[in-house]
Amino acid sequence: MVLLNIKDPLEAAVSKEISRLQSEMDRLFERFFGKGLPFFKSHEYPAVNVYHDIDNLYITAELPGVSIEDLDISLEENSITIKGQKKSGVSEDVSFHRKERDDGSFNRVIALPVKIDPEKGKATLKNGILTITLPKAEEAKPKKIDIKIG
Amino acid sequence: MADNILNVKAKQELEPKAEPTSDRPVFTPPVDIYEEKDALVLLADLPGVGESDLDIHLEENTITIRAKVSDTLKDKEPLVTEYRVGDYYRKFTVSNMVDQDKISAHLKDGVLRIVLPKAEVKKPRKVPVTAG
Repeated sequence: MVLLNIKDPLEAAVSKEISRLQSEMDRLFERFFGKGLPFFKSHEYPAVNVYHDIDNLYITAELPGVSIEDLDISLEENSITIKGQKKSGVSEDVSFHRKERDDGSFNRVIALPVKIDPEKGKATLKNGILTITLPKAEEAKPKKIDIKIG
Repeated sequence: MADNILNVKAKQELEPKAEPTSDRPVFTPPVDIYEEKDALVLLADLPGVGESDLDIHLEENTITIRAKVSDTLKDKEPLVTEYRVGDYYRKFTVSNMVDQDKISAHLKDGVLRIVLPKAEVKKPRKVPVTAG
């Protein structure tokens, strides 16, 4: 950093070079860890996105290859549990050329930022995307909900 | 193998060769490719993709999978974003052992299944050798 004390015009050139290096480092870092990193808070499956508007909370999750029968969702007034199994759909005696897709079970409990009405929760599963709509409300009691085909 | 506990894998973002025309990310979907007696089978996880969003293109010896995903809740205010929504793109070279006219594809629960039937191989023929 001694270099920074050198007077113009070298100083300008050096600081320009340093900021160039810095942005290069940022770019490398981003390439290595991925742009999604700051959002990527949990390694628990499935990853969820949560949205809201005045009336509802919405939770979405990518669950490719998970069928309705293998999915179990239960609601409480301040948490939701998404439980299930992703089956590979492949018999085990075949020879794999490539194996990148994971299979297994999952059980995730998500604390909700606001109280909801568990009686009125709705969930749809369409094209491997689970969408849960939770009306914001008061009363409690754990309750199971049915999943409708989207 | 249902005892495995699933972990979230970060989506693989495609490194664009040219500047993309939209700011939506494009991901490389994870695939399984396995061999059956009569066919090669390719499975790809494409959550959010419906039939009309999917384009499978076969040209020369390359099969290209392209899928558009629409973010249905984009007008709502996000509170937590653990995964990003974007399109999918991936290309594979198809070997000569595949009968390209008989390739079929099926989409279910966000998983694409492409069946690549093996071409009929000419039956091995024994060449008779006569002595003398």
